[in-house]
Amino acid sequence: MAEENTSQMKEEVPELAPFDPTKKKKKKKNVVIQDPADEVDKLAEKTENLTVAESGEPSFAGMKKKKKKPVETDFLNDENGETGEDVVDEQVGEDEEGEGIMLGGTTRYPWEGTDRDYKYEELLGRVFNILRENNPDLAGDRRRTVMRPPQVLREGTKKTVFVNFMDLCKTMHRQPEHVMTFLLAEMGTSGSLDGQQRLVVKGRFAPKNFEGILRRYVNEYVICNGCKSPDTILSKENRLFFLRCEQCGSARSVAPIKAGFVARVGRRKAGT
Amino acid sequence: MSALDAQLPTTFDPFAEANADDSGAGSKEYVHIRIQQRNGRKSLTTVQGLKKEFSYNKILKDLKKEFCCNGTVVQDPELGQVIQLQGDQRKNVSAFLVQAGIVKKEHIKIHGF
Repeated sequence: MAEENTSQMKEEVPELAPFDPTKKKKKKKNVVIQDPADEVDKLAEKTENLTVAESGEPSFAGMKKKKKKPVETDFLNDENGETGEDVVDEQVGEDEEGEGIMLGGTTRYPWEGTDRDYKYEELLGRVFNILRENNPDLAGDRRRTVMRPPQVLREGTKKTVFVNFMDLCKTMHRQPEHVMTFLLAEMGTSGSLDGQQRLVVKGRFAPKNFEGILRRYVNEYVICNGCKSPDTILSKENRLFFLRCEQCGSARSVAPIKAGFVARVGRRKAGT
Repeated sequence: MSALDAQLPTTFDPFAEANADDSGAGSKEYVHIRIQQRNGRKSLTTVQGLKKEFSYNKILKDLKKEFCCNGTVVQDPELGQVIQLQGDQRKNVSAFLVQAGIVKKEHIKIHGF
């Protein structure tokens, strides 16, 4: 679950949560009506990486580490401090000869003491280190916007209540109506806001389901395509929705929400 | 004025390519696969937006045979024909459509949780 979370944001079509109310049904009753506090705690743990900002591109250093390094090098890196971490990484990862490497203290750059050429990656690492030290904003270490996991209760057997719907709308800076239409269109059901501004949806849905849909919503209607920042404004200009980024100023048009085909479920009237 | 007119290249339409692209891969081209909950643990899968040229009934027949489920083609006044299958067949349907070469993978949109 945890690793799924991290990767899911990126994909256009995330791994589908199997629609399987069966499981729920066969388990004991107390599972079906989840103890909300408990469940939320668990979810909070799990979905700490339901982040908005991180989604598209992990920060520079992180990406590189994952791609290039064999696992053992990571241990070494942990030992030495913050400074020159990346550079040392590079060394261990790439130079197989690597005799000039003193981890941590004495040599800061791998080319010190040798007269070979600098490699592109090393210089790039150096630049980013300097940037990170002096100007952390520019280095691509984004603050991560963490969204709280959805809290979901069952109302009766047929309705589901999404408790912190308003909170989530506020964190995303979106109109609740817009989020609601999207959720309802995606789930193919009907629903409404109740007295305490909670969203009541017809049908049974697990918190995970909501999470998946919210993820998709964030990807499509919140995150800026250019800089991946969630700091965006959705505005309507002559019937078209535009997403304007507050960080980089880019704008893009987004598709309007369409409910699509909804089949008739349930009893038909005698007349038809 | 007339001299200027003569200079202008008339046959070349700079937007022709863009327009052609638009019509080819517009947002309308998406095939939507949706799920809908029914009573209890039952559900429905709907496939909307397949190209009109395809014979829906033939596709449906294969889908039914492949997934061992029943289904129909529903005529919707706005959206045209929609394939409707019993059960949660979203993954199956998308895999099938891609594999049969009916739709490209990037033109499939799976909705629902």
